[in-house]
Amino acid sequence: MAALDLLLQSNSVWRGAAPARFSATVSTGYAALDRELPGAGWPTGALTEILGSQEGIGELQLALPALARLSAAGERVVWLAPPHLPYAPALAAAGVDLARLAVVRAPGRRDALWAAEQVLRAGPCRALLAWFRHARYEELRRLAVAAEASRACVLLFRPLEASSEPSPACLRLALEAHGGELSVRIVKRRGQPAAAPLALTVPRPVHALGRPAFPPAAPGRAREPGRLGLPVHA
Amino acid sequence: MQGSLRHLGGLEGVLARLRSGLAGLGCEASVAVAATPRAALWLAKGRGEALEDLPLGVASGDPLLKSLGLRTIGELLALPRDGLAKRCGQRLLDDLDRALGVLPEPRQFFLPPASFSAELELPGAVDHAEGVLFAARRLLIPLSGLLSARQAGVRRIVFRLLQHKKQTDIEIHFSSPTRDTQRFTRLLQEKLSSVSLRQPVEAIRLEAADFEPLHERTSGLFGDAQADDEDWAQLRERLQARLGAGAIHGLATQPDHRPESAWRRVEAGEWDPREFRQPGPRPIWLFDPPRKITSQDFHLLAGPERIECGWWDGDEAKRDYFIGRAADASLVWLYRQDDGWFVHGIFA
Repeated sequence: MAALDLLLQSNSVWRGAAPARFSATVSTGYAALDRELPGAGWPTGALTEILGSQEGIGELQLALPALARLSAAGERVVWLAPPHLPYAPALAAAGVDLARLAVVRAPGRRDALWAAEQVLRAGPCRALLAWFRHARYEELRRLAVAAEASRACVLLFRPLEASSEPSPACLRLALEAHGGELSVRIVKRRGQPAAAPLALTVPRPVHALGRPAFPPAAPGRAREPGRLGLPVHA
Repeated sequence: MQGSLRHLGGLEGVLARLRSGLAGLGCEASVAVAATPRAALWLAKGRGEALEDLPLGVASGDPLLKSLGLRTIGELLALPRDGLAKRCGQRLLDDLDRALGVLPEPRQFFLPPASFSAELELPGAVDHAEGVLFAARRLLIPLSGLLSARQAGVRRIVFRLLQHKKQTDIEIHFSSPTRDTQRFTRLLQEKLSSVSLRQPVEAIRLEAADFEPLHERTSGLFGDAQADDEDWAQLRERLQARLGAGAIHGLATQPDHRPESAWRRVEAGEWDPREFRQPGPRPIWLFDPPRKITSQDFHLLAGPERIECGWWDGDEAKRDYFIGRAADASLVWLYRQDDGWFVHGIFA
């Protein structure tokens, strides 16, 4: 009986009835999402896939509260092969301690996978965010093995189309824009499958929608009379 | 010697370490133990068990002794001393006395040199990286041994691959002084993977200088911040060795209103005291350079935020920033200036 308990406590057995328990998780910072995730947060020592329908729907806002908490606690965070320039002022405003963050550039997919394994094997990194547009199952499998041997929370950002492919990740979230909110569908989690997609309110720069359409580009200079009362930073 | 005996588990332990160390250097050795250094040297040369049974050749090459019909040291010792001194000189007698411990033989302590340079001829021309790596271990082990004898570490080593008519230098930099053979090998492996060996390598040469003091560190019981930093430094240098020096960097804010100047690259892990809050919302992804847009398929949601800045350094910006929603529901950061509309970032 004791042996059975031991087996159930380890992550090697998934039970169908209840959401599985994880030994260590990092809270996502969204109570509604935490309720649906096994162990109430991002799993550490495991692969998580975040499949976004497109960029700019608030997909990174899902990860930022956890990154802010980890970096404030002095833990290291690595961004691997980001598709654009991570913008320091925005990250600082989200509460991420920039001194604990490192960006790793890897031009090719093979280099990126190699770098991911190195980062996970090295130990000091507690959260790895990686962007892989295309990745084969065997490559993800290697990454999952490296993640299991580490104590890092590994978030893999991939396009939504990848949700139909098989994956060794233990948690997969599909994200879509839904009005002003972010619709999060749990494609895969340990334990009982999730029922309906969640509608999360993530921090967005504006919430007022339905402003007038795009005005035509004004001829002449951007600074012109008649546009007073604006904040001018100089 | 007493301390070493206790530390390494007796004489057998000392000998085992000595033999394995020498084998790692690629040396064949004959090892002997005796009460005096000279006796040990003779025993090792003559490969014998007792001093008396050793062939005469180990002590003296004097042809006179051979012609007398002497074969072993024992027979030599049995001869009367004054006659021997008269015929062969006092030196031979002194040597014998030193071997027996009658005369003292002070030895100078070995002082390791302050730089390392060694060359290794490869047995055959090698045209693959694994072969070079294997041979390089033969040079790295002595380097590491020398460094630990001097309690030092190096930040930079240079491998020179000598080919038929040219040579290739491989420079390896370490972020902290080290003498760890594994760390040497790992970085060399990364470097070698990026070097194409057009010609087979015939010999390799390893050079290291500028030793820095490096003391062994005891690790803490509950996690070890210093070990953590050390691991991080090693990870950085491994990534840089394969992906280039700029492959890993940190981010810092910069007090400037121009979005493209409001951040800078820093060494990963560098602390920046000058935190600067931008007055408006800023996107997580920045486009560098901004993308000019021609389609008008954006809904402006907020703005404008006017940024007019930088006239003093010749890179003036006069822009009105808006937050816009694209047709695919993503939020972008747009600006308008004299020559049209641009997307500068994405609110991911």
